[in-house]
Amino acid sequence: MNWRRSAIAACFALPVVGLLFYGLRQDPSVIPSPLPGKPAPPFALEIFAPGQPPLNRPVGDTIRLASLRGQVVVLNFWASWCLSCRDEHATLSTVARRYVGKPVQFVGSLYQDRADAGTAWIAQMGGQSYPSVQDPNARTAIDYGLYGVPETFIVSPDGRIARKITGPVDASVVAHIVDSLLATSPSNKGTQ
Amino acid sequence: MNSWMINGLVGHGALLVSLPFIALGLIAVPTGLRRSRPDFIAIAYGSVYANFFLVTASAIAMVIALVTHDFSVSYVAQVGSRATPLFYTIISLWGALEGSILFWAWVLALYSFLVVWLNRERPGTLVPYAAMVLLGVSLFFAILLLGPADPFKAVFPVPTDGPGPNPLLQNHILMAVHPPLLYLGYVGMSVPFAFAVGALLSGESDSNDWIRLTRNWTVLTWGFLSAAIIAGMWWSYEVLGWGGYWAWDPVENASFLPWLTATAFLHSAMVQERRSMLRLWNINLVVGTFVLTILGTFLTRSGIISSVHAFTTGTIGYYFLAFIAVVLISTLVLVAGSSERLRTTGHLDSAASRETVFLFNNLFLTAFMLTVLVGTLFPLVAEAVRGVKVSVGAPFFNRMSLPIIAALLFLMGVGPALPWKSASRAELRTKLVPPSVGAAVLTAIALMMGIRSFYGIVVFAFVGYSAAANALEFFIGARARRGAHGEGWITALLRLIAANRRRHGGYIAHFGVFFVALGIAASSSLRTEREATLKPGETLSVSGYTVRLKQVWGREEVQRSVVGATLEVLVGDNVVGTLEPRMNFYPMSQQPVPTPEVRSGMFGDLYLNLMAFRPDGSNATVKAIYEPLVPWIWFGGGVVVFGAVVGAFPTGRRRVAAPAVVAATVGRQDTAA
Repeated sequence: MNWRRSAIAACFALPVVGLLFYGLRQDPSVIPSPLPGKPAPPFALEIFAPGQPPLNRPVGDTIRLASLRGQVVVLNFWASWCLSCRDEHATLSTVARRYVGKPVQFVGSLYQDRADAGTAWIAQMGGQSYPSVQDPNARTAIDYGLYGVPETFIVSPDGRIARKITGPVDASVVAHIVDSLLATSPSNKGTQ
Repeated sequence: MNSWMINGLVGHGALLVSLPFIALGLIAVPTGLRRSRPDFIAIAYGSVYANFFLVTASAIAMVIALVTHDFSVSYVAQVGSRATPLFYTIISLWGALEGSILFWAWVLALYSFLVVWLNRERPGTLVPYAAMVLLGVSLFFAILLLGPADPFKAVFPVPTDGPGPNPLLQNHILMAVHPPLLYLGYVGMSVPFAFAVGALLSGESDSNDWIRLTRNWTVLTWGFLSAAIIAGMWWSYEVLGWGGYWAWDPVENASFLPWLTATAFLHSAMVQERRSMLRLWNINLVVGTFVLTILGTFLTRSGIISSVHAFTTGTIGYYFLAFIAVVLISTLVLVAGSSERLRTTGHLDSAASRETVFLFNNLFLTAFMLTVLVGTLFPLVAEAVRGVKVSVGAPFFNRMSLPIIAALLFLMGVGPALPWKSASRAELRTKLVPPSVGAAVLTAIALMMGIRSFYGIVVFAFVGYSAAANALEFFIGARARRGAHGEGWITALLRLIAANRRRHGGYIAHFGVFFVALGIAASSSLRTEREATLKPGETLSVSGYTVRLKQVWGREEVQRSVVGATLEVLVGDNVVGTLEPRMNFYPMSQQPVPTPEVRSGMFGDLYLNLMAFRPDGSNATVKAIYEPLVPWIWFGGGVVVFGAVVGAFPTGRRRVAAPAVVAATVGRQDTAA
């Protein structure tokens, strides 16, 4: 073995490995969404899972985005067949409870799934604190440019999309965004 | 259903148990060789067998879990669905990341088993070292399967149903063919790599023995890879609905890169055997081929480059990166460190010789590989250096590769015609002039067909030249046999091939490439496309065909809903057939998956795709494409594979023989030839 040659040759591996390492740090699937900052696409969807008191709403009621102006809306797309939705399920339920009495509405939207499967899943996962709606033919999901589940959109009180989160959410991130929206929204001062 | 105790435990447990066996084998080889203990080598071989049986058990557990809809197994919960037909449920084994890694590990274990079993009696240290390398690669995949790509994670509570496999993967029978072939080809490249590293470690790299052993495995796995690439093109053509078969997608490139270096090796290996040249180069080609397969896997599995093939990702990219780094650095160290010993002893006698042609063939194939590699990685480089997102598209690849392809096609006619060492002027005249007639004939045909693009005509001309040159080899050989043995033409031809399968297998593969080249040249120069929105009874014409919409219909199937258009195909006023392009809607997917329908003729395809429709059935938008000579690509792929089969299998009565025997047989013949 000629170790000097070996050492020189090994150096050629470094730029290749370095380039691939750089590539790994990037995420090509982060396609900048044009939605944040734009008005949130309107929706009117029927509740199939009521949620738990005090955040519950009756089954069959319709949640309209238009009537939630002035509130922060956390819209989470999920499905019973989605494994990573399980990871964020408890997080979202807990964070939602933290805002009881504040102008914040959490909504779960069932994506490409049957309502009975969704209901069974909620029961299995130990309940959901806020209501979930059905999205027939994934119309709303398409309006929001959904890429997969879970995806979460946070809508500011003026009806614009403030943030889009792809994949399971983190409690502190959601709380931070919601808190800052509540703090900067002038219309909320004095309400509630 | 609580069978996860069984499937999950067996699957996971078998992989876990394989770890100590792999470790044992990895230690036993160097220890046994240092202390000259054959029993240690036997233990290492035993651990290769054990690993194979354990990974097989794990793969079977996964198939059972898929078939029984055991959603407690995470992979099944991710790709399974009760509505998916059984066939597609089984093949979803390789439909997503974790399953594909499990399948990969299984193919690797199978190859390792075969390599060791078939060569277990072989003396020397080459096979033990090769076994060690293969176990090392297996160790990596075992770590993946127990860590970031664990397909057997327990899911609780158990879901009642799953989303089903990616719709694109449950839409065509070729999905059962293309991925396994690709794995057989891709993973198979680990074997030549193991032999190359084994040759370096054992000091057998000076002998030509390892190259014969390696060559036979390479022909086999190269045949699989060729078939996989063609099957992938066919799948893309039949399923994606754009009427094309190759898009220079990063993952297509990833499968093509090792094919190029493996093809180069198949040619340069002959130079080493005959002329003792290119030793270092051959080692580099074999090692490079393996590194390219791992790089290709990294590109598809890490999500580093976005592509239609990209799998969902996690931390697995870092594992692959570490593996690439280890493989790259250790082989560079090993090859560079031994490079002095690999000095060439032979030399070129003449510019007009077969070895010169092989040198150019290697030069062009390597240049081709580097071009495709640069084009594939350039977006990454651009982002790293300048922070911009760019994409490198087909125009770059086409412009860069067409001259190389033309040169390679020409060399395919020159190489077989020239003798080793040096050709006389008379030989050059008798062998290189007649093919010019072939070139003239195909040029005329290309012009008559209406091909006007420069490279389209060049490809036809060079294919004509080289096909004539290769045919001439068969003709001269068969004529000589007729003279010597008084055989009929067909008998003489078959015996000629049987007498030197390796060489004639190569020529047959050349013919396959000619068909593929003609198909690609004609279809990319002369494709015609029409699109129209038709009401029932209305027609659309393309290249001599007329299609008439009969009706638009819908149908509910268990796992999907289907909308189709029934169209009559007319030539003149005669109805010659009916085509039903369809659109499939899967519940878990927003985008419909098209099923175009193709009417194939010997000289071209009529390709219909349903683009849009009115739900009330009052109209449908249909795209009709006429694609000349496309079936020749698939046929040519079959011929290439046939050539590989002819070339890979041993000559004479030994039908099923160990590769060592194959090598010996082939070697004998070469010296006789």
